[in-house]
Amino acid sequence: MGIMFENGNFALFRDGFLQTIELSAISAVLAMLLGTLLAAFRVSPIPALRAFGTGWVTIFRNTPLTLLFFAVEFGLPALDVHFSHFTFAVLALGFYTASFVCEVLRSGINTVPLGQAEAARSLGMTFGQTLGLVVLPQAARTVLPPLSSVFIALPRNSAIAGAFSVDELYHVQQTLSEQGYSIFAIFFWVALAYLVISAAVNLLFRFLEKLTAVAR
Amino acid sequence: MRTRRIIAAALCAVALTATTAACGKSGSPSDSAATAGAPQLPTYQVKSDVKLDGSKTFAEAKKRGKLIIGAKADQPFLGFEDLTTNTRNGFDIEVAKMVAADLGFSPDQIQWQTLVSSQREPAIANGQIDYYVGTYSINDERKKQVSFAGPYYIAGQDLLVAKDNTSITGPESTKDKNVCTATGSTSIKNIEKYGPKITQYDGYSACVEKLLSGEVDAVTTDDAILKGFASKYAGKLKVVGKPFTTENYGVGLNKDDKALRDAISDALKAHQDNGDWKKAYDATLGLSGSPTPAIPPLVRY
Repeated sequence: MGIMFENGNFALFRDGFLQTIELSAISAVLAMLLGTLLAAFRVSPIPALRAFGTGWVTIFRNTPLTLLFFAVEFGLPALDVHFSHFTFAVLALGFYTASFVCEVLRSGINTVPLGQAEAARSLGMTFGQTLGLVVLPQAARTVLPPLSSVFIALPRNSAIAGAFSVDELYHVQQTLSEQGYSIFAIFFWVALAYLVISAAVNLLFRFLEKLTAVAR
Repeated sequence: MRTRRIIAAALCAVALTATTAACGKSGSPSDSAATAGAPQLPTYQVKSDVKLDGSKTFAEAKKRGKLIIGAKADQPFLGFEDLTTNTRNGFDIEVAKMVAADLGFSPDQIQWQTLVSSQREPAIANGQIDYYVGTYSINDERKKQVSFAGPYYIAGQDLLVAKDNTSITGPESTKDKNVCTATGSTSIKNIEKYGPKITQYDGYSACVEKLLSGEVDAVTTDDAILKGFASKYAGKLKVVGKPFTTENYGVGLNKDDKALRDAISDALKAHQDNGDWKKAYDATLGLSGSPTPAIPPLVRY
Protein backbone atom coordinates (compact mmCIF):
# COMPACT_ATOMS: atom_id res chain seq x y z
CA MET A 1 0.00 0.00 0.00
CA GLY A 2 3.03 2.23 0.30
CA ILE A 3 3.39 2.64 -3.44
CA MET A 4 1.75 6.05 -3.31
CA PHE A 5 4.69 7.52 -1.42
CA GLU A 6 7.62 6.46 -3.60
CA ASN A 7 9.09 7.68 -6.90
CA GLY A 8 6.87 10.75 -7.13
CA ASN A 9 3.76 8.61 -7.47
CA PHE A 10 1.86 10.87 -5.12
CA ALA A 11 2.11 13.90 -7.43
CA LEU A 12 0.81 11.77 -10.30
CA PHE A 13 -2.04 10.48 -8.19
CA ARG A 14 -2.96 13.93 -6.90
CA ASP A 15 -3.01 15.39 -10.42
CA GLY A 16 -5.20 12.54 -11.63
CA PHE A 17 -7.55 13.00 -8.68
CA LEU A 18 -7.91 16.73 -9.34
CA GLN A 19 -8.39 16.13 -13.05
CA THR A 20 -11.20 13.66 -12.36
CA ILE A 21 -12.90 16.18 -10.06
CA GLU A 22 -12.50 19.00 -12.58
CA LEU A 23 -13.81 16.89 -15.45
CA SER A 24 -16.76 15.65 -13.39
CA ALA A 25 -17.65 19.10 -12.08
CA ILE A 26 -17.61 20.84 -15.45
CA SER A 27 -19.52 17.98 -17.08
CA ALA A 28 -22.06 18.08 -14.24
CA VAL A 29 -22.72 21.78 -14.79
CA LEU A 30 -23.12 21.21 -18.54
CA ALA A 31 -25.38 18.22 -17.92
CA MET A 32 -27.53 20.16 -15.44
CA LEU A 33 -28.03 23.16 -17.75
CA LEU A 34 -28.59 21.09 -20.86
CA GLY A 35 -30.75 18.55 -19.03
CA THR A 36 -33.04 21.25 -17.66
CA LEU A 37 -33.37 22.77 -21.11
CA LEU A 38 -34.17 19.36 -22.61
CA ALA A 39 -36.75 18.67 -19.91
CA ALA A 40 -38.39 22.02 -20.70
CA PHE A 41 -38.40 20.99 -24.38
CA ARG A 42 -40.03 17.68 -23.58
CA VAL A 43 -42.96 19.23 -21.70
CA SER A 44 -43.27 22.29 -23.94
CA PRO A 45 -46.37 22.89 -26.09
CA ILE A 46 -44.28 23.08 -29.30
CA PRO A 47 -44.14 19.71 -31.14
CA ALA A 48 -40.77 20.38 -32.82
CA LEU A 49 -39.06 21.03 -29.47
CA ARG A 50 -40.72 17.97 -27.94
CA ALA A 51 -39.44 15.85 -30.83
CA PHE A 52 -35.94 17.27 -30.43
CA GLY A 53 -35.93 16.47 -26.71
CA THR A 54 -37.21 12.94 -27.29
CA GLY A 55 -34.64 12.38 -30.05
CA TRP A 56 -31.77 13.60 -27.88
CA VAL A 57 -32.73 11.41 -24.94
CA THR A 58 -33.25 8.37 -27.16
CA ILE A 59 -29.88 8.71 -28.87
CA PHE A 60 -27.67 9.69 -25.96
CA ARG A 61 -29.24 7.53 -23.28
CA ASN A 62 -29.03 4.39 -25.42
CA THR A 63 -25.50 4.78 -26.75
CA PRO A 64 -22.68 3.18 -24.73
CA LEU A 65 -20.55 5.97 -23.33
CA THR A 66 -17.36 4.56 -24.85
CA LEU A 67 -18.96 4.72 -28.28
CA LEU A 68 -19.97 8.32 -27.63
CA PHE A 69 -16.39 9.17 -26.72
CA PHE A 70 -15.26 7.54 -29.95
CA ALA A 71 -17.83 9.49 -31.95
CA VAL A 72 -16.75 12.78 -30.38
CA GLU A 73 -12.99 12.15 -30.40
CA PHE A 74 -12.81 10.73 -33.92
CA GLY A 75 -15.99 12.06 -35.52
CA LEU A 76 -15.77 15.77 -34.75
CA PRO A 77 -12.18 16.21 -36.04
CA ALA A 78 -13.30 14.51 -39.25
CA LEU A 79 -15.91 17.30 -39.54
CA ASP A 80 -13.10 19.79 -38.95
CA VAL A 81 -14.14 20.58 -35.37
CA HIS A 82 -11.02 20.76 -33.22
CA PHE A 83 -11.04 21.13 -29.42
CA SER A 84 -8.73 19.95 -26.67
CA HIS A 85 -9.15 16.35 -25.50
CA PHE A 86 -10.48 17.65 -22.20
CA THR A 87 -13.23 19.62 -23.97
CA PHE A 88 -14.14 16.58 -26.04
CA ALA A 89 -14.46 14.56 -22.84
CA VAL A 90 -16.65 17.24 -21.24
CA LEU A 91 -18.92 17.23 -24.30
CA ALA A 92 -19.28 13.45 -24.38
CA LEU A 93 -19.89 13.17 -20.62
CA GLY A 94 -22.12 16.25 -20.45
CA PHE A 95 -24.32 15.27 -23.41
CA TYR A 96 -24.69 11.73 -22.11
CA THR A 97 -25.52 12.74 -18.55
CA ALA A 98 -27.87 15.52 -19.73
CA SER A 99 -30.20 12.90 -21.18
CA PHE A 100 -30.48 11.24 -17.76
CA VAL A 101 -30.95 14.59 -15.99
CA CYS A 102 -33.69 15.42 -18.49
CA GLU A 103 -35.62 12.24 -17.77
CA VAL A 104 -35.23 12.61 -14.01
CA LEU A 105 -36.54 16.19 -14.19
CA ARG A 106 -39.41 15.16 -16.44
CA SER A 107 -40.48 12.52 -13.95
CA GLY A 108 -40.32 15.20 -11.25
CA ILE A 109 -42.46 17.55 -13.31
CA ASN A 110 -45.03 14.78 -13.64
CA THR A 111 -45.33 14.59 -9.85
CA VAL A 112 -46.53 18.20 -9.66
CA PRO A 113 -50.34 18.19 -9.75
CA LEU A 114 -51.78 19.48 -13.02
CA GLY A 115 -53.85 22.02 -11.07
CA GLN A 116 -50.68 23.94 -10.21
CA ALA A 117 -49.85 24.60 -13.85
CA GLU A 118 -53.51 25.38 -14.64
CA ALA A 119 -53.68 27.83 -11.76
CA ALA A 120 -50.47 29.52 -12.93
CA ARG A 121 -51.85 29.80 -16.45
CA SER A 122 -55.14 31.25 -15.22
CA LEU A 123 -53.14 33.95 -13.46
CA GLY A 124 -51.78 34.90 -16.90
CA MET A 125 -48.30 33.39 -16.57
CA THR A 126 -46.44 32.40 -19.74
CA PHE A 127 -45.13 28.85 -20.27
CA GLY A 128 -41.67 29.93 -19.10
CA GLN A 129 -43.03 31.53 -15.94
CA THR A 130 -45.25 28.53 -15.19
CA LEU A 131 -42.33 26.16 -15.50
CA GLY A 132 -39.66 28.31 -13.84
CA LEU A 133 -41.68 29.80 -10.95
CA VAL A 134 -44.31 27.19 -10.16
CA VAL A 135 -43.59 23.72 -11.52
CA LEU A 136 -39.79 23.29 -11.50
CA PRO A 137 -39.21 24.47 -7.90
CA GLN A 138 -41.73 21.89 -6.70
CA ALA A 139 -40.34 19.24 -9.04
CA ALA A 140 -36.75 19.88 -7.95
CA ARG A 141 -37.51 18.70 -4.43
CA THR A 142 -38.82 15.33 -5.54
CA VAL A 143 -36.01 14.67 -8.01
CA LEU A 144 -33.12 15.15 -5.58
CA PRO A 145 -32.69 11.43 -4.70
CA PRO A 146 -32.71 10.14 -8.31
CA LEU A 147 -30.58 13.12 -9.36
CA SER A 148 -27.98 12.17 -6.76
CA SER A 149 -27.73 8.73 -8.42
CA VAL A 150 -27.06 10.39 -11.76
CA PHE A 151 -24.34 12.60 -10.33
CA ILE A 152 -22.70 9.78 -8.39
CA ALA A 153 -22.53 7.83 -11.65
CA LEU A 154 -20.94 10.77 -13.48
CA PRO A 155 -17.48 10.77 -11.79
CA ARG A 156 -17.33 7.00 -12.22
CA ASN A 157 -18.25 7.31 -15.91
CA SER A 158 -15.52 9.92 -16.26
CA ALA A 159 -12.95 7.10 -16.05
CA ILE A 160 -13.61 6.46 -19.74
CA ALA A 161 -12.03 9.84 -20.52
CA GLY A 162 -8.75 8.33 -19.31
CA ALA A 163 -8.70 6.18 -22.42
CA PHE A 164 -9.10 9.29 -24.57
CA SER A 165 -6.10 11.37 -23.61
CA VAL A 166 -7.30 12.95 -20.36
CA ASP A 167 -4.85 12.46 -17.46
CA GLU A 168 -7.29 11.42 -14.74
CA LEU A 169 -7.49 8.56 -12.23
CA TYR A 170 -7.80 5.78 -14.81
CA HIS A 171 -4.71 7.17 -16.46
CA VAL A 172 -2.90 7.02 -13.09
CA GLN A 173 -3.86 3.37 -12.76
CA GLN A 174 -2.58 2.63 -16.28
CA THR A 175 0.69 4.44 -15.63
CA LEU A 176 1.39 2.63 -12.37
CA SER A 177 0.39 -0.75 -13.84
CA GLU A 178 2.76 -0.18 -16.73
CA GLN A 179 5.57 0.54 -14.29
CA GLY A 180 4.91 -2.87 -12.77
CA TYR A 181 3.46 -2.04 -9.37
CA SER A 182 1.17 -4.59 -7.78
CA ILE A 183 -2.30 -4.16 -9.23
CA PHE A 184 -4.02 -4.57 -5.85
CA ALA A 185 -2.10 -1.70 -4.29
CA ILE A 186 -2.94 0.54 -7.26
CA PHE A 187 -6.61 -0.32 -7.21
CA PHE A 188 -6.80 0.28 -3.48
CA TRP A 189 -5.83 3.93 -3.95
CA VAL A 190 -7.83 4.53 -7.11
CA ALA A 191 -10.95 2.94 -5.60
CA LEU A 192 -10.48 5.01 -2.46
CA ALA A 193 -10.29 8.19 -4.56
CA TYR A 194 -13.55 7.37 -6.35
CA LEU A 195 -15.18 6.51 -3.03
CA VAL A 196 -14.21 9.92 -1.64
CA ILE A 197 -15.69 11.71 -4.65
CA SER A 198 -18.92 9.70 -4.60
CA ALA A 199 -19.32 10.16 -0.85
CA ALA A 200 -18.88 13.92 -1.23
CA VAL A 201 -21.58 14.07 -3.92
CA ASN A 202 -23.84 11.98 -1.72
CA LEU A 203 -23.35 14.28 1.27
CA LEU A 204 -24.05 17.34 -0.87
CA PHE A 205 -27.38 15.89 -1.99
CA ARG A 206 -28.30 14.87 1.57
CA PHE A 207 -27.71 18.45 2.60
CA LEU A 208 -29.85 19.77 -0.26
CA GLU A 209 -32.63 17.33 0.64
CA LYS A 210 -32.65 18.57 4.22
CA LEU A 211 -32.60 22.16 3.03
CA THR A 212 -35.60 21.78 0.76
CA ALA A 213 -37.64 19.39 2.90
CA VAL A 214 -41.26 20.44 3.46
CA ALA A 215 -44.08 18.83 5.35
CA ARG A 216 -46.73 17.57 2.96
CA MET B 1 -46.96 -3.92 -47.59
CA ARG B 2 -44.45 -1.16 -48.16
CA THR B 3 -42.54 -1.96 -44.97
CA ARG B 4 -42.29 -5.55 -46.03
CA ARG B 5 -40.78 -4.56 -49.36
CA ILE B 6 -38.22 -2.35 -47.61
CA ILE B 7 -37.24 -5.17 -45.29
CA ALA B 8 -36.84 -7.53 -48.24
CA ALA B 9 -34.63 -5.00 -50.02
CA ALA B 10 -32.51 -4.52 -46.91
CA LEU B 11 -32.09 -8.28 -46.52
CA CYS B 12 -30.99 -8.56 -50.15
CA ALA B 13 -28.42 -5.85 -49.62
CA VAL B 14 -27.05 -7.58 -46.52
CA ALA B 15 -26.90 -10.91 -48.35
CA LEU B 16 -25.05 -9.32 -51.26
CA THR B 17 -22.40 -7.65 -49.11
CA ALA B 18 -21.98 -10.86 -47.14
CA THR B 19 -21.31 -12.94 -50.25
CA THR B 20 -18.90 -10.47 -51.82
CA ALA B 21 -17.00 -10.20 -48.54
CA ALA B 22 -16.84 -13.97 -48.32
CA CYS B 23 -15.56 -14.25 -51.90
CA GLY B 24 -12.83 -11.73 -51.25
CA LYS B 25 -11.73 -13.52 -48.14
CA SER B 26 -11.52 -17.09 -49.42
CA GLY B 27 -9.33 -16.29 -52.39
CA SER B 28 -6.90 -13.61 -51.46
CA PRO B 29 -4.54 -14.44 -48.56
CA SER B 30 -3.11 -17.75 -49.76
CA ASP B 31 -2.95 -16.56 -53.38
CA SER B 32 -1.04 -13.38 -52.67
CA ALA B 33 1.39 -15.19 -50.37
CA ALA B 34 2.12 -17.82 -53.02
CA THR B 35 2.48 -15.46 -55.97
CA ALA B 36 4.43 -12.70 -54.25
CA GLY B 37 6.93 -15.18 -52.86
CA ALA B 38 6.44 -13.79 -49.38
CA PRO B 39 8.52 -15.36 -46.60
CA GLN B 40 6.82 -18.44 -45.18
CA LEU B 41 6.36 -19.13 -41.47
CA PRO B 42 8.52 -21.99 -40.18
CA THR B 43 7.00 -25.08 -38.60
CA TYR B 44 8.48 -26.48 -35.43
CA GLN B 45 9.37 -30.08 -34.60
CA VAL B 46 7.34 -31.05 -31.52
CA LYS B 47 9.50 -32.91 -29.02
CA SER B 48 8.14 -36.06 -27.44
CA ASP B 49 8.76 -37.46 -23.96
CA VAL B 50 9.75 -34.15 -22.45
CA LYS B 51 10.48 -34.48 -18.75
CA LEU B 52 10.77 -31.51 -16.47
CA ASP B 53 11.35 -32.37 -12.84
CA GLY B 54 10.38 -29.86 -10.22
CA SER B 55 8.18 -27.69 -12.40
CA LYS B 56 4.67 -27.42 -11.01
CA THR B 57 3.46 -25.44 -14.02
CA PHE B 58 4.71 -28.08 -16.45
CA ALA B 59 3.25 -30.95 -14.41
CA GLU B 60 -0.16 -29.33 -14.44
CA ALA B 61 -0.01 -28.51 -18.16
CA LYS B 62 0.92 -32.14 -18.85
CA LYS B 63 -1.98 -33.38 -16.75
CA ARG B 64 -4.54 -31.17 -18.49
CA GLY B 65 -2.96 -31.99 -21.89
CA LYS B 66 -2.96 -28.34 -22.89
CA LEU B 67 -0.61 -25.44 -22.52
CA ILE B 68 -2.22 -22.12 -21.63
CA ILE B 69 -0.26 -19.22 -23.09
CA GLY B 70 -1.00 -15.57 -22.47
CA ALA B 71 -0.63 -13.18 -25.41
CA LYS B 72 -1.72 -9.86 -26.81
CA ALA B 73 -4.45 -9.82 -29.44
CA ASP B 74 -4.31 -6.31 -30.86
CA GLN B 75 -0.77 -6.01 -32.20
CA PRO B 76 -0.61 -6.81 -35.93
CA PHE B 77 2.26 -9.15 -36.96
CA LEU B 78 3.34 -9.37 -33.32
CA GLY B 79 0.50 -10.73 -31.21
CA PHE B 80 -2.71 -10.61 -33.19
CA GLU B 81 -5.97 -12.49 -33.05
CA ASP B 82 -7.70 -12.69 -36.41
CA LEU B 83 -11.36 -12.98 -35.48
CA THR B 84 -12.48 -13.73 -39.03
CA THR B 85 -10.35 -16.89 -39.24
CA ASN B 86 -10.07 -17.47 -35.49
CA THR B 87 -6.29 -17.76 -35.64
CA ARG B 88 -3.42 -16.05 -33.89
CA ASN B 89 -0.42 -14.78 -35.73
CA GLY B 90 2.65 -12.64 -35.29
CA PHE B 91 6.23 -12.80 -34.09
CA ASP B 92 5.41 -13.19 -30.39
CA ILE B 93 2.95 -15.94 -31.25
CA GLU B 94 5.71 -17.75 -33.20
CA VAL B 95 8.09 -17.46 -30.23
CA ALA B 96 5.37 -18.90 -27.99
CA LYS B 97 4.88 -21.80 -30.42
CA MET B 98 8.64 -22.52 -30.64
CA VAL B 99 8.82 -22.82 -26.89
CA ALA B 100 5.66 -24.93 -26.76
CA ALA B 101 7.09 -27.33 -29.34
CA ASP B 102 10.21 -27.86 -27.24
CA LEU B 103 8.05 -28.46 -24.18
CA GLY B 104 6.23 -31.17 -26.15
CA PHE B 105 3.03 -29.38 -27.07
CA SER B 106 1.80 -29.12 -30.66
CA PRO B 107 0.02 -25.95 -31.86
CA ASP B 108 -3.43 -27.54 -31.38
CA GLN B 109 -2.54 -28.26 -27.76
CA ILE B 110 -2.14 -24.56 -27.08
CA GLN B 111 -4.95 -22.64 -25.47
CA TRP B 112 -4.44 -18.91 -26.01
CA GLN B 113 -5.52 -16.36 -23.49
CA THR B 114 -5.62 -12.67 -24.30
CA LEU B 115 -4.32 -10.53 -21.46
CA VAL B 116 -3.88 -6.77 -21.42
CA SER B 117 -0.74 -5.37 -19.79
CA SER B 118 -2.19 -4.74 -16.34
CA GLN B 119 -3.47 -8.33 -16.05
CA ARG B 120 -0.13 -9.98 -16.73
CA GLU B 121 1.45 -10.23 -13.30
CA PRO B 122 -1.70 -11.41 -11.47
CA ALA B 123 -2.48 -14.00 -14.17
CA ILE B 124 1.03 -15.43 -14.03
CA ALA B 125 1.21 -15.39 -10.23
CA ASN B 126 -2.21 -17.07 -9.89
CA GLY B 127 -1.32 -19.76 -12.41
CA GLN B 128 -4.12 -18.82 -14.84
CA ILE B 129 -1.56 -19.09 -17.61
CA ASP B 130 1.60 -21.18 -17.96
CA TYR B 131 3.67 -18.47 -19.59
CA TYR B 132 3.23 -15.15 -21.35
CA VAL B 133 4.67 -13.88 -24.61
CA GLY B 134 3.57 -10.39 -25.56
CA THR B 135 5.98 -7.43 -25.72
CA TYR B 136 6.77 -8.02 -22.07
CA SER B 137 9.75 -5.88 -21.06
CA ILE B 138 12.03 -7.27 -18.38
CA ASN B 139 12.32 -4.76 -15.52
CA ASP B 140 13.15 -4.87 -11.83
CA GLU B 141 9.71 -3.97 -10.50
CA ARG B 142 8.20 -6.85 -12.49
CA LYS B 143 10.97 -9.25 -11.44
CA LYS B 144 9.65 -8.94 -7.89
CA GLN B 145 6.43 -10.61 -9.04
CA VAL B 146 7.32 -12.87 -11.98
CA SER B 147 10.33 -14.54 -13.62
CA PHE B 148 11.57 -13.93 -17.14
CA ALA B 149 13.22 -16.17 -19.70
CA GLY B 150 15.03 -14.30 -22.40
CA PRO B 151 15.41 -11.70 -23.72
CA TYR B 152 14.28 -13.09 -27.05
CA TYR B 153 14.08 -9.67 -28.71
CA ILE B 154 15.54 -6.26 -28.02
CA ALA B 155 13.15 -3.49 -28.87
CA GLY B 156 13.61 0.23 -28.54
CA GLN B 157 11.19 3.09 -28.50
CA ASP B 158 10.89 4.54 -31.97
CA LEU B 159 8.55 6.64 -34.10
CA LEU B 160 6.03 5.61 -36.73
CA VAL B 161 5.32 8.26 -39.36
CA ALA B 162 3.73 8.62 -42.76
CA LYS B 163 5.85 7.14 -45.55
CA ASP B 164 6.50 10.54 -47.15
CA ASN B 165 7.32 12.32 -43.88
CA THR B 166 10.85 13.73 -43.98
CA SER B 167 10.56 16.25 -41.13
CA ILE B 168 10.64 13.67 -38.31
CA THR B 169 13.98 11.89 -38.28
CA GLY B 170 14.28 11.02 -34.60
CA PRO B 171 13.01 11.99 -31.14
CA GLU B 172 14.79 15.39 -31.30
CA SER B 173 12.66 16.48 -34.24
CA THR B 174 9.32 15.88 -32.47
CA LYS B 175 9.33 19.23 -30.67
CA ASP B 176 5.83 20.79 -30.85
CA LYS B 177 4.72 17.95 -33.12
CA ASN B 178 1.66 15.85 -32.27
CA VAL B 179 2.73 12.45 -31.02
CA CYS B 180 0.35 9.67 -30.00
CA THR B 181 0.94 6.73 -27.67
CA ALA B 182 -0.87 4.42 -25.23
CA THR B 183 -2.48 5.69 -22.04
CA GLY B 184 -0.09 5.58 -19.09
CA SER B 185 2.72 3.85 -21.00
CA THR B 186 6.39 4.37 -20.19
CA SER B 187 6.74 5.67 -23.74
CA ILE B 188 5.20 8.94 -22.57
CA LYS B 189 8.01 9.60 -20.09
CA ASN B 190 10.68 8.88 -22.67
CA ILE B 191 9.29 11.19 -25.35
CA GLU B 192 8.10 13.96 -22.99
CA LYS B 193 11.54 15.50 -22.59
CA TYR B 194 11.73 16.23 -26.34
CA GLY B 195 8.74 18.53 -26.01
CA PRO B 196 6.03 17.12 -28.31
CA LYS B 197 2.26 17.45 -27.79
CA ILE B 198 1.14 14.06 -26.54
CA THR B 199 -2.17 12.36 -27.27
CA GLN B 200 -3.01 9.12 -25.48
CA TYR B 201 -5.49 6.39 -26.33
CA ASP B 202 -6.17 2.98 -24.88
CA GLY B 203 -4.72 1.13 -27.86
CA TYR B 204 -2.23 1.81 -30.60
CA SER B 205 -4.76 1.18 -33.35
CA ALA B 206 -6.57 4.38 -32.34
CA CYS B 207 -3.24 6.23 -32.60
CA VAL B 208 -2.53 4.71 -36.01
CA GLU B 209 -6.03 5.75 -37.11
CA LYS B 210 -5.19 9.35 -36.17
CA LEU B 211 -1.83 9.07 -37.93
CA LEU B 212 -3.44 7.82 -41.13
CA SER B 213 -5.91 10.72 -41.05
CA GLY B 214 -3.05 13.13 -40.47
CA GLU B 215 -4.17 14.49 -37.13
CA VAL B 216 -1.06 13.32 -35.32
CA ASP B 217 2.40 13.45 -36.86
CA ALA B 218 3.82 10.32 -35.26
CA VAL B 219 3.01 7.33 -33.09
CA THR B 220 5.64 6.32 -30.56
CA THR B 221 6.23 3.08 -28.66
CA ASP B 222 8.53 0.05 -28.97
CA ASP B 223 9.73 -0.42 -32.53
CA ALA B 224 8.46 -4.03 -32.57
CA ILE B 225 4.88 -2.84 -32.22
CA LEU B 226 5.44 -0.06 -34.75
CA LYS B 227 6.98 -2.49 -37.24
CA GLY B 228 3.81 -4.55 -36.99
CA PHE B 229 1.69 -1.58 -38.00
CA ALA B 230 4.20 -0.61 -40.70
CA SER B 231 3.83 -4.16 -42.08
CA LYS B 232 0.06 -3.87 -41.99
CA TYR B 233 0.06 -0.51 -43.77
CA ALA B 234 3.12 -1.15 -45.93
CA GLY B 235 3.43 1.69 -48.44
CA LYS B 236 1.66 4.20 -46.19
CA LEU B 237 3.63 4.17 -42.95
CA LYS B 238 7.27 3.66 -41.99
CA VAL B 239 9.34 3.29 -38.83
CA VAL B 240 11.92 6.06 -38.45
CA GLY B 241 14.58 3.58 -37.26
CA LYS B 242 16.27 5.63 -34.53
CA PRO B 243 15.42 3.74 -31.34
CA PHE B 244 16.11 5.83 -28.24
CA THR B 245 15.48 3.35 -25.42
CA THR B 246 16.18 -0.34 -24.84
CA GLU B 247 13.44 -2.80 -23.99
CA ASN B 248 14.34 -6.44 -23.43
CA TYR B 249 11.38 -8.65 -24.26
CA GLY B 250 11.17 -11.79 -22.18
CA VAL B 251 8.83 -14.71 -21.70
CA GLY B 252 7.04 -14.17 -18.40
CA LEU B 253 6.46 -17.11 -16.09
CA ASN B 254 5.86 -18.05 -12.47
CA LYS B 255 8.51 -16.66 -10.14
CA ASP B 256 9.25 -19.89 -8.30
CA ASP B 257 9.59 -22.12 -11.34
CA LYS B 258 13.31 -22.27 -12.13
CA ALA B 259 13.03 -25.59 -13.98
CA LEU B 260 10.52 -24.16 -16.45
CA ARG B 261 12.56 -21.02 -16.83
CA ASP B 262 15.67 -22.98 -17.80
CA ALA B 263 13.64 -25.11 -20.21
CA ILE B 264 12.22 -22.03 -21.94
CA SER B 265 15.67 -20.44 -22.15
CA ASP B 266 17.01 -23.65 -23.74
CA ALA B 267 14.12 -23.69 -26.21
CA LEU B 268 14.74 -20.07 -27.23
CA LYS B 269 18.43 -20.78 -27.70
CA ALA B 270 17.80 -23.86 -29.83
CA HIS B 271 15.42 -22.03 -32.19
CA GLN B 272 17.69 -19.01 -32.46
CA ASP B 273 20.55 -21.29 -33.47
CA ASN B 274 18.64 -23.36 -36.04
CA GLY B 275 17.34 -20.31 -37.92
CA ASP B 276 13.67 -20.52 -36.90
CA TRP B 277 13.92 -17.18 -35.10
CA LYS B 278 15.10 -15.40 -38.25
CA LYS B 279 12.48 -17.12 -40.43
CA ALA B 280 9.71 -16.17 -38.03
CA TYR B 281 10.92 -12.57 -37.98
CA ASP B 282 11.11 -12.31 -41.77
CA ALA B 283 7.55 -13.63 -42.18
CA THR B 284 6.11 -11.18 -39.65
CA LEU B 285 7.80 -7.96 -38.53
CA GLY B 286 10.27 -8.24 -41.41
CA LEU B 287 7.46 -7.28 -43.82
CA SER B 288 7.76 -3.71 -42.54
CA GLY B 289 10.98 -3.27 -44.52
CA SER B 290 13.00 -2.50 -41.40
CA PRO B 291 16.33 -4.34 -41.19
CA THR B 292 16.48 -7.53 -39.12
CA PRO B 293 17.87 -6.84 -35.64
CA ALA B 294 20.59 -8.96 -34.06
CA ILE B 295 19.51 -11.92 -31.95
CA PRO B 296 20.05 -10.95 -28.30
CA PRO B 297 22.14 -13.24 -26.06
CA LEU B 298 20.08 -14.94 -23.34
CA VAL B 299 20.51 -13.78 -19.77
CA ARG B 300 20.25 -16.63 -17.32
CA TYR B 301 20.04 -14.74 -14.05
